[in-house]
Amino acid sequence: MTNDEPSRRSGNGFAGVVPVLISGAIFVFFLTLVPQISAGDVLRWSYDWVPSLGIKLSFLVDGLSLTFSLLISGIGTLVLLYSNTYLAGHVQYARFALFLTSFMLAMLGLVLADNLIGLFVFWELTTITSYLLIGFGHETTKGRRSALQALFVTGAGALALLAGLILLGISAGTFEISEILAKGDEIRAHEMYLPILILLLAGAFTKSAQFPFHFWLPNAMAAPTPVSAFLHSATMVKAGVYLLARMHPAFSGTDVWLWTLTIFGAVTAVFASFLALRQTDLKQALAYTTLMALGTLTLFLGQTSSYAITAFVTFLIVHSLYKAALFLVVGCIDHATGTREAEILGGLGRVMPVTAIAAAIAALSMAGFPPFLGFIGKELKYAGALAVASEPVFVAGAVLLANALMLAVAGVVAFRPFWRKTDSELPRTPREAPWQMLAGPVLLAAAGAIFGINPDLLQVPLVNPTVATFLGDPTDAKELKLWAGVNLPLFLSIATFVLGLLIYVIHRPLRNLLIRADNAAPNFDRGWDAFLSGLKAFAWWQTKYLQSGVLRQYIFITFATVLVGLGGTMLVRGIGNVLPDLTGIALRNWAVVALITVGTLIAATTRSRIAAVAALGVVGIGVALIFIIFSAPDVAITQLLVETLIVVLVAVAMLRLPFLDAQGESDHRPWDAVLAIGVGGVVTLTLLAVLATPLDLRLTEYFEVTSWPEAFGRNIVNVILVDFRALDTFGEIAVVVIASLSAYALLRTTAKEKSE
Amino acid sequence: MNSIILRIGSRYVVGILLLFSIYMLLRGHNEPGGGFIGGLIGATGFVLYAIGCGTADARAALRIMPQTIAMAGLGIALVAGLAAAAFGDALFTGQWLFIGAEGDDKGLPLSTVLVFDIGVYLVVFGAILTLVFAMEEEI
Repeated sequence: MTNDEPSRRSGNGFAGVVPVLISGAIFVFFLTLVPQISAGDVLRWSYDWVPSLGIKLSFLVDGLSLTFSLLISGIGTLVLLYSNTYLAGHVQYARFALFLTSFMLAMLGLVLADNLIGLFVFWELTTITSYLLIGFGHETTKGRRSALQALFVTGAGALALLAGLILLGISAGTFEISEILAKGDEIRAHEMYLPILILLLAGAFTKSAQFPFHFWLPNAMAAPTPVSAFLHSATMVKAGVYLLARMHPAFSGTDVWLWTLTIFGAVTAVFASFLALRQTDLKQALAYTTLMALGTLTLFLGQTSSYAITAFVTFLIVHSLYKAALFLVVGCIDHATGTREAEILGGLGRVMPVTAIAAAIAALSMAGFPPFLGFIGKELKYAGALAVASEPVFVAGAVLLANALMLAVAGVVAFRPFWRKTDSELPRTPREAPWQMLAGPVLLAAAGAIFGINPDLLQVPLVNPTVATFLGDPTDAKELKLWAGVNLPLFLSIATFVLGLLIYVIHRPLRNLLIRADNAAPNFDRGWDAFLSGLKAFAWWQTKYLQSGVLRQYIFITFATVLVGLGGTMLVRGIGNVLPDLTGIALRNWAVVALITVGTLIAATTRSRIAAVAALGVVGIGVALIFIIFSAPDVAITQLLVETLIVVLVAVAMLRLPFLDAQGESDHRPWDAVLAIGVGGVVTLTLLAVLATPLDLRLTEYFEVTSWPEAFGRNIVNVILVDFRALDTFGEIAVVVIASLSAYALLRTTAKEKSE
Repeated sequence: MNSIILRIGSRYVVGILLLFSIYMLLRGHNEPGGGFIGGLIGATGFVLYAIGCGTADARAALRIMPQTIAMAGLGIALVAGLAAAAFGDALFTGQWLFIGAEGDDKGLPLSTVLVFDIGVYLVVFGAILTLVFAMEEEI
């Protein structure tokens, strides 16, 4: 299963240490901001980026972004430290560390951005870096497929998001997020509210793997385990949740918001919990519990009550701590034993005591046992669910079921491998993980315990200011406490324990049942494959049909399209009277017209290729003469040179081709003639129509006036090419280079095939 | 094609055409000409040479692969465009240096615009020769 072969050498030198120091420094920097933010301050930096479009590179530190930043940089530091040992001696470790550090920076940019466009740019940077990280094991088909799938799904969502953000920016009249959030009422009443919301949700739901876009996340576990711990539990998949949370003040409170988030969240949470229990691979099981957590977070973002928001904030922190710890623990197990199969692992508690204890603490937090932070999170979730005005039973029921299943999965992932008696043969003789790999799980698990015992450590510095970004007032935050008295949430907690332990006891027969049900149910992952192969089949079909490989047919289709497009438009719209005034045209012009006509007739009727090419050359030279008559020497020179080159080239090529009759081409000639006359007629009419409208000379005059004083050139054509429109020219010459290289490659390929 | 007149003639013509192409390139900013036309003329010279003396001889005479010339041209044009940023202007804004300018006499004008045009020249020259050489070798 693992494509990252762990080695037991420690360290990767410079590339191993520097990223840890960088992210550690970032973490410390954000820690120093805590006192200021918890005192109610909001920090803002802003630089003009594209001033003409009102786009700024601005950053905002408030409770929400600080909480995310601390999680990202803190867990990032531990994960980088862990990876340095986990992937010790990997040939591409430097590349890995670069990807992971870039991802971390992109993620920080995403949560700190205070501009819609800035947010989007960082959003896409996380998509790309995540693609690179999932595909780190690019030698395997599975790794490549998973990486592409994640890229496609989240990339498609990001396109929707971009449209949504632009619409939002235009509707609100500003791209600054902090200004938009202040206009909540205006946005909720705006006629574009619904389209914007749908587009934003499409982006957020794909990124945070909400049902029915959930299938990419478990596949993304093809990434090395530290990556999964970082991206697919603690950070990237929470980007969608972050977006919803960031937009909460402006968008929440409507029925659409409430029900979309509640239903998608609840379905994802329950559905994913069942699938989590179905897995036998520990990492896959954790992947599905992550889906459950994302669903729960989405569910609570649907609400506006202070209980629900406090529950969201607390669960966000709880989940990041325990889930990253457990992923790292699974990495330790994998590293030590060479397997992640729940049915093989067992009895590791004696050989890996530290890992076992860290796993136990994290799992107890995940299962929601007191005195860990998970318990407080769970109590708040119930309180939040019960505070839902319209359907508290539905929401609380979904949360209860998901929590009970979570408890069972926590047992499967973090209890059984360590304490179960087993006779199974392990692929490797296990031993305790080195300290670099223990630091992450131990510290994260310990944080869950410390914050649980003393929730005040979390309440004032982080929870209150974060809640304030939603509700405006830090005192709205509900109190985090272990003992909240005898109340309904407590009873629901007890019910969770009973139900969860019951599920744990029967989880093996239940798993077999789930596997059977899952195999029978429609499989989204296979649906994805079917979709992709369908797309490919369609592309193949239309390529075969439209691009048959016969040059004459290409030309025929292209010109027929021109004829139908232009001619159709003329028929529908009409072109009015475009007949030109033919009097007073100089004799020399008629001579040129005659030259061109004769050339055309010869080219169309001759049986010799060389004669046809030469006749076409005559037509081209006639055109060049027209350019000269109307004083455009540059264009004329170019035309002459190109015409000469083409005649020479085609003549060289045609020396080897058979005579025209040999191919029976004459069958096509009548059709070709019809098409040629049709296209010629339509193009002539179009040009006449263009000439019938008065010519707008403003640009010409501008260039005439400014060419010499501003660009120091008298040849306007050249000045436009190399100065006024230099960027266009650059694009054109890039196309020239690409075209010639492609043609070269094509010619070379056929030459090689011939010689073989 | 085996024609002794063409073979001998093309050796002299190629030099003249190359010289003429550079003349067209340099005068382009004020008179008809420029990088595009210059590149076409220069390429015509080598096409003639390739037809007269064979592609192998033409390649040997050129010394550098035409693909490389085209890519180098693209690179030069890009550098010329980006150079504006170093002077604090928007990209692809022409930067000028007039050596020995007095009053109305602009002296010797040097500019990133000219560098850009040289890039265009090399792209056109290289791209056409890439194509022509490959075609002639294939046929």
